[in-house]
Amino acid sequence: MPEIKVTPLGAGQDVGRSCILVSIAGKNVMLDCGMHMGYNDDRRFPDFSYITQNGRLTDFLDCVIISFVSNGEKKVLLFCGVLSLPYFSEMVGYDGPIYMTHPTKAICPILLEDYRKITVDKKGETNFFTSQMIKDCMKKVVAVHLHQTVQVDEELEIKAYYAGHVLGAAMFQIKVGCESVVYTGDYNMTPDRHLGAAWIDKCRPDLLITESTYATTIRDSKRCRERDFLKKVHETVERGGKVLIPVFALGRAQELCILLETFWERMNLKAPIYFSTGLTEKANHYYKLFITWTNQKIRKTFVQRNMFEFKHIKAFDRAFADNPGPMVVFATPGMLHAGQSLQIFRKWAGNEKNMVIMPGYCVQGTVGHKILSGQRKLEMEGRQILEVKMQVEYMSFSAHADAKGIMQLIRQAEPRNVLLVHGEAKKMEFLKQKIEQEFHVNCYMPANGETTTIFTNPSIPVDISLGLLKRETAIGLLPDAKKPKLMHGTLIMKDNSFRLVSPEQALKELGLAEHQLRFTCRVHIQDPRKEHETVLRVYNHLKGVLKDYSVQHLPDGSITVESILIQATAHSEDQGTKVLLVSWTYQDEELGSYLTSLLKKGLPQSSS
Amino acid sequence: CSAHLRWELPQWQHEDLSTKKLRLTKPSKSAALHVDLCKATSPADALQYLLQFARKPVEVESVEGVVRILLEHYYKENDASVRLKIASLLGLLSKTAGFSPDCIMDDAINTLQNEKSHQVLAQLLDTLLVIGTKLTENPSVRMRLVEVACKHLTDSSHGVRNKCLQLIGCLGPVEKGVAKEAESQAAKDVQKIIGDHFNDQDPRVRTAAIKAMLQLHERGLKLQQAIYGQACKLLADDYEQVRSAAVQLIWVLSQLYPESIVPIPSSNEEIRLVDDAFGKICHMVSDGSWVVRVQAAKLLGSMQQVSSHFLEQTLDKKLMSDLRRKRTAHERAKELYSSGEFSSGRKWGDDAPKEEIDTGAVNLIESGACGAFVHGLEDEMYEVRIAAVEALCMLAQSSPSFAEKCLDFLVDMFNDEIEEVRLQSIHTMRKISNNITLREDQLDTVLAVLEDSSRDIREALHELLCCTNVSTKEGIHLALVELLKNLTKYPTDRESIWKCLKFLGSRHPTLVLPLVPELLSTHPFFDTPEPDMDDPAYIAVLVLIFNAAKSCPTMPALFSDHTFRHYAYLRDSLSHLVPPLRLPGRKLVSSPVSPSITPHEDPSQQFLHQSLERVYNLQHLDPQGIQELLEFTIRDLQRLGELQSELAGMADFTATYLQCQLLLIKALQEKLWNVAAPLYLKQNALASAAAKQILEETYKMEFMYSGVESRQVVIIHHMRLQAKALQLIVTARTTRGVEPLFGMCEKFLQEVDSFQRCFISELPQMQGSFVDKLLDLMPRLVTSKPSEVVKILQTTLRQSTFLHLPLPEQLHRASANIIEPTGESDNPLRFTSGLVVALDVDATLEHVQDPQGTVKVQVLYPDGQAQLIHPKPADFRNPGPGRHRLITQVYLSHTAWTEPCQIEVRLLLAYNSNRSKAAAKIAKSTWNESPEALPQPENGIEGTIPFSKPVKVYIMPKPARR
Repeated sequence: MPEIKVTPLGAGQDVGRSCILVSIAGKNVMLDCGMHMGYNDDRRFPDFSYITQNGRLTDFLDCVIISFVSNGEKKVLLFCGVLSLPYFSEMVGYDGPIYMTHPTKAICPILLEDYRKITVDKKGETNFFTSQMIKDCMKKVVAVHLHQTVQVDEELEIKAYYAGHVLGAAMFQIKVGCESVVYTGDYNMTPDRHLGAAWIDKCRPDLLITESTYATTIRDSKRCRERDFLKKVHETVERGGKVLIPVFALGRAQELCILLETFWERMNLKAPIYFSTGLTEKANHYYKLFITWTNQKIRKTFVQRNMFEFKHIKAFDRAFADNPGPMVVFATPGMLHAGQSLQIFRKWAGNEKNMVIMPGYCVQGTVGHKILSGQRKLEMEGRQILEVKMQVEYMSFSAHADAKGIMQLIRQAEPRNVLLVHGEAKKMEFLKQKIEQEFHVNCYMPANGETTTIFTNPSIPVDISLGLLKRETAIGLLPDAKKPKLMHGTLIMKDNSFRLVSPEQALKELGLAEHQLRFTCRVHIQDPRKEHETVLRVYNHLKGVLKDYSVQHLPDGSITVESILIQATAHSEDQGTKVLLVSWTYQDEELGSYLTSLLKKGLPQSSS
Repeated sequence: CSAHLRWELPQWQHEDLSTKKLRLTKPSKSAALHVDLCKATSPADALQYLLQFARKPVEVESVEGVVRILLEHYYKENDASVRLKIASLLGLLSKTAGFSPDCIMDDAINTLQNEKSHQVLAQLLDTLLVIGTKLTENPSVRMRLVEVACKHLTDSSHGVRNKCLQLIGCLGPVEKGVAKEAESQAAKDVQKIIGDHFNDQDPRVRTAAIKAMLQLHERGLKLQQAIYGQACKLLADDYEQVRSAAVQLIWVLSQLYPESIVPIPSSNEEIRLVDDAFGKICHMVSDGSWVVRVQAAKLLGSMQQVSSHFLEQTLDKKLMSDLRRKRTAHERAKELYSSGEFSSGRKWGDDAPKEEIDTGAVNLIESGACGAFVHGLEDEMYEVRIAAVEALCMLAQSSPSFAEKCLDFLVDMFNDEIEEVRLQSIHTMRKISNNITLREDQLDTVLAVLEDSSRDIREALHELLCCTNVSTKEGIHLALVELLKNLTKYPTDRESIWKCLKFLGSRHPTLVLPLVPELLSTHPFFDTPEPDMDDPAYIAVLVLIFNAAKSCPTMPALFSDHTFRHYAYLRDSLSHLVPPLRLPGRKLVSSPVSPSITPHEDPSQQFLHQSLERVYNLQHLDPQGIQELLEFTIRDLQRLGELQSELAGMADFTATYLQCQLLLIKALQEKLWNVAAPLYLKQNALASAAAKQILEETYKMEFMYSGVESRQVVIIHHMRLQAKALQLIVTARTTRGVEPLFGMCEKFLQEVDSFQRCFISELPQMQGSFVDKLLDLMPRLVTSKPSEVVKILQTTLRQSTFLHLPLPEQLHRASANIIEPTGESDNPLRFTSGLVVALDVDATLEHVQDPQGTVKVQVLYPDGQAQLIHPKPADFRNPGPGRHRLITQVYLSHTAWTEPCQIEVRLLLAYNSNRSKAAAKIAKSTWNESPEALPQPENGIEGTIPFSKPVKVYIMPKPARR
C-alpha cells in the first residue's frame, strides 16, 4: 500500500530546531533546517547523519524547503528554520535545490551572517560555517512566488501559500501524483498591523503537518493589547518621559513600528521615535521592497506612501539617549541581556517618568526577566546596584496561530491526516484529541527520530475510451459528482498506462476470440397442467413481478426476460412436475440468479 | 446611409437600365442587411457585417423584418460563431422599445430544435429570456418558455443549463393557481426542478440554480422549507460563488420560516430554524473566501428574530491559556471598574489564567454562533470588518442587551487601522447610544480618539458625545478635559466642541453640579481672577455649565459675579449655545420663544404679517408715500430677520420682494419719463439698472430659498415678467429703428404666452395684476406694431396693482460659511508659477438642496480672471438635515507676480431655470398629455448667485527658477 513517511529530526514534540524529513511516493524532502540554541556543540544541529548512514545527502534528498526565517522572540531557542542551512549544505554536503520564498531568500544571508558573527567573532567558536559558505549556500537556493507551482522534477511539485507570521513565511504543499503533504511552518491566522492572515485553499492533502506552539491557548483579540500599548506609550510621552522597547530585529519590531508610526500620524504627535541601526534597519529595507507580502492596508496605501518609509521613526544614534525630552526607542536585543537595549536601560532606569515595555517573553536570568518579575534593584557587573524606578510593562505580541487558528486552517484545507510538530508533547496531546474528535481524521505527533507512516489511498487516473464513456453515460442518468458510478469495461494495463475500453475492443486489441459463458439451471415446479399452460402461468407471473423488464412469450413456447431464456418441459418420470430450464449469460448474472430464486419459490396458487 | 448605398448599387446593376424609375420609398434596413449577408463570402465576412449592423439602431417598424432576415440566414449558416452573433442580435432587437416580440417567439423556439452548438444554444436561450421578460404578462408564453427550458436542462454544457435555470427563475410560475392549471409536467413544480440542480456537477450551474431560486423568491414565490437542508449542504461547497449564493438562500429561508423547528444533527435536540440558520451563517464569517465572509457578515445584521442567547454567543470567544480558562481583556476591565479600582496598568502575569478547564468541554471549532463577530471584527479585509460593524449596529438597535454587550467591541474598533472602519464604528455607536451608558474605562478609550488628525473622525466623535450617556461625574470631567485638549490642538473644531458640550451639559445636569466650583475655579474665601472672556476653552466650560444649569436651579448660586456678566454676554453673542436661564435676584431674562407658542401667536411673526398687510392694503397712496412706506417696511423686515433667526428666511424673502417692487415703482415714475430727450439718458440708465437688478433678485428668490412653493413661484415669475417689460420699454426708447424691436416684442409676447400656459391655474388669483391686464389686451398686442406695444406695456405696467405675496410655512435662505481658509493669514501661499497649488476649502452649507449639483467654488484673481470649480460629489458630507459640509481642494495657478496679492474665494449657487422645482412641477401637472410640446419658457437660463462671504487668500506665484 502506498505510504507517506514523516520523521522529525527536530521539532518533534519539541520547540525549535525545526527539521522534518518527509518521504512521499519515493521522493524525499527535507522541511526546514533549524538549529537548537541550547547546545554549543554539534547537537545544536539536527542529526543529519540519520538521513543517510553512508552516501551523499544529495543522492538521497530530492529537495529542501525552507518555510520561514524567524526572529525567535519567544524563547532562547531561535526557531529559525534556516540557521543550520550552511552547515547542512556546505559542511555536511548537499548540492540539491533549496526552495524558499523571495523575501526569505533576501533576508536569509543577513541573518546568517549576523548569527555567524555573534557565534564566531564574539564567542570565538570554531568549527562553524564561514561567510563564504553562506554565499555558496545561497547559490543553491531557488526562490518561489506565492501560489506558484514549481516542478522540482517530473513528478515532484511544490507550491507556496501565504502564512503571515513574518515577512516571507510560507506554507508549502508538496505533491507527487495525487498524493500530497502540506507543511505549514509557522503561521498566523489573525492578521496584524503589517502582515495578513494565513490562507490555504481546499487542497485536501493526505497529510497536513502543522505547528502547534499554542495548541492549548485561545487568544484574546489583538485590539485590546494594541490599544493598551499605544495608550501607555502616549501617556508616557505626554508626561515627557522616555519609552524603551527592547525588540528582536525581525517581525514584531516591524509590527510595533507600523503601529506607532500610524498612531503618531493619526494623533499628530511630535516626539521622536528611534530604532536601533543595524539588522533592524536592513530588515526594514526588505519590508519596503516586499509590499505584496504585507497586509491589505499597507498594500492599498503604498501607492501614496510606503508605510515602511517611516516618517516619524528615525535611525538611532548612541548620543540620542541623553537628549532631553520625550522619545521612544526600539532597541535590540529583546531580552535586555546585552547590547544597546541594556545600555539605554541603564541610562533611563533611574527616572520614574520613563517606561520600558517588554513586547515578548524573557528567559530566566536575563535583566528582562528580573524586572518583569518585579525586581527593583539589579546588580550589574562591577557590583553596581541599579535601582529601577522606571515603569515596567509587559505586552505580549505573538504571531503564532492559537488553537482556534490551527483548527480553522485544518477546516480550510480538509486534510485526511494531521501531524503535529513544533510544540510541547503535553499540549499536542490535547490538540490531537480535539482534532480527532471534531474532524474525524487521524492525528499524529511523533517525537524526534520517530517515523510516522501514513497509508494513503491514492486515486489512479485511468484513460477511458470516449465510445465506452458515451455508451455508459447514455444508459444512466446524468453523472453525479458525488456518487460513484458503476461501469462495465475492460481494464488494460500496458506500458505503464491504464486504459479502460469496451470488452469488444479489448478482445480485438489482444487478438482474442470471444467466449460466451452461460449458466443454466433447472427449477422443478409442481404443476399438473399441460406444458404450454404452465409456460403461460410462468409468463403471467413474471410479467406481474418484473414490470420494468421486457418479458416475452415466444411462439416456440419459451419465455425471454431480456436475454434470459426460460423453457419448460414435463418431467420424464412425473408428469405433475414440470422442469423449467433457465439459461442466462454471464453478463446477466444478477438478473438470472434473481429469476431462479424467484421461480424456486413457486408460482402463486390463485393464478387460474 | 452607407448601408442604403450599398444596397442600391447592386439593384441598379441587376435592373434593366431602360426601366429606371425614381425610387422614393425609404430603403428598409432589413433589405440592406439581407444583401450584406448574401454578399458575405466567408463566415468572418458575415460576422463583420453583423457587427457593423449591431452598432446602428433599428427603428421599431423594421425590427420584425430584420428579424426574419436574420432567421433566414440563421438556418442557412454553417458557422457557429455567425449563428451565435445572430442569436445575440435577436435578443438585442427584441429589446427595442415599442416592439412586441411575441411574433418572433415561435421562430426563436424553433431554432433551438436543430441547434448542435452549445454556445449558440445558450445564446438562444438568453434571447428567449429577453423575449420572456418583455412578455411577462402573458402566462401562456411564460409557460411555454419554461417548458423549453426544462427540456434543455439535461444538456451536457454548463452554459446551456445555466441559461435554462435563469430562464426558469425569471419566468417560472409563481402563482399557485397557474401551477395547478398547468397540464404539463414541467411547469408543475419549478422549485423541485431547480432544487434538483443544487447537486449539479458544475459549480456554475449550482450557482445558477441557487440564484434562480432566489429570483423566484424575489418574484413572490414562497420557497418550500424542504430546500433548507439542501441549502445547508451547499455551504460546504468547494466554490466560493456557490457558498456565497447559498448563504443568501439560507438567509431567505430563515426569514420565511423563522419559527420552524429543525433537528440538530447527531443529537436529539431541536432548535428554531432562524437560530440554526444564524449559527450556520455565523460559521461562514470565518470562511476561506472574503467575498463569502462579507456576504455572511452583512446578512447577520438583518436577522433580528434570532434568540438573544444565540446572539450573545457571537461576542463570546472562550479564552484559554495552557488549558486554563482566561478572562478577556474586556472582562478584566469591567471587573476592575466594578471593584472600584482604576486600571493600574498591566503587570506581567496580570492576565494569568485562573481555573483549569475540563479538556472535554472545550469546543474548538465553534459550534454555531460562537465568536462570529469577534472573528468578523478582527478580519484581515476591511470590507469584512465594515460589514461586521454594520451588522453589529443593526442587531444592537433591536436588542438593548446586545447593545450593552457589543460596546466593548465597538470601542475597540475605534482604533482600527483603516479610517473608514473607525468612522463607521463611531457612527454605529452613535446610532445605538440610546441603549447604552458608557463606563469610565470605555469613555477613556473613546475620548482618546479625540486627538485623531482626521477632522471627520473628530466630528463624528463630537456627534457621538452629544448623545452619549455618561455614568459618573469623573466621566464628565474626563470628557471636558479631553475636549479642551482637542480644542487646543485643533482650534478649528471650536464650534463643534461647543455644541458637543452644550448637549453634554443639558443631558447630565446633576453630574455637572458637583464639578462647578472646580470648573469655574471659584474659592470660598478668595476672589479668583476673572478669566479671559474670549478664551474658547473658557467659553466651552461656560457652555457646559449654563446648559446644565438650565434644568438645575441650584447651580447659579455657585456662580461668581463675573460669571453672571459672562452669561449675559454669551447669551447675546452665542444665543444658539447658551439657553435662557432664570437667574435669582435678576430681572428675568425674557424668554423670547417658548416652544408652546404656535407660529401664529408669536409676536414677531405677527409683526411680520402686519407690516406686510400694511403694504398690501395701501394701494392708492401717492407715489411718494408708497415709496416711503416700502422703504420703512423693508428696513423693518431686515432688522427683524437679524433679530429672529428663525424668521430670517421669511423676512429676507419678503424684503427682497418689496425691494423689487420699490425699484419698479421708482423706475416707472411718470415725472421722469416725460422729460426732454437729453435727460432720457439718466432715466434710461436708472430704469435699465432697476430692471437688471429686479431680474437678479427674482432669481435669488426662486433658487436661494428652500421651501418656496408654486404660489410664490408665480409671483416671482410675474415680477420677472414686469422687469422684462421694463427692459423692453427702455430699449424701445433708446434704440433707433423698429427692426430690432420686432424680435424683442415677439419674444416678450411669447414669454407672456408661456407664463399663461404654465400658471393657468393660478391666474384667477391675479386679478388686476400686470399679466391679467396684459392677457386681456393680448389680441390687440399681437397685431399691433412694436411702438404701440411698448406704449400699451408702459401704461399697463403703471396701472397694474401690486400682488400680494403669500408666505409659506417654512422658508429658509441658503447660506454658506467658509471656515477655511480663514483669510487671516499674512503669510502668502508661495508656489512656482505655472505649477499648481492646492488650497483646502472647508465650508458649511445650510438649507441647500442638492448641493452636489449646485454649489460651485469661485476663485477671483486680482487681474479679474475668474475661475469656477465644480467640487466632486464625494466632497460633500451631510452631517444633519438641511446641513451640508463641503471639504474640498481648489487648485490654483497663475503666472508669476512681483509681489504677493490676495485672491478671493467664494461659493456660488448655480441655477438653471429648467431644473427649477416649479418648472418641473408644472411640466408634470399641466402638460402631462404632451410632454414634447412643452415650450421651455426661458430655455435654460443658467446663472450663479454668490451666497457666501468671499474669503481673501494671500498668494504669491514665484517665477520658476532656471
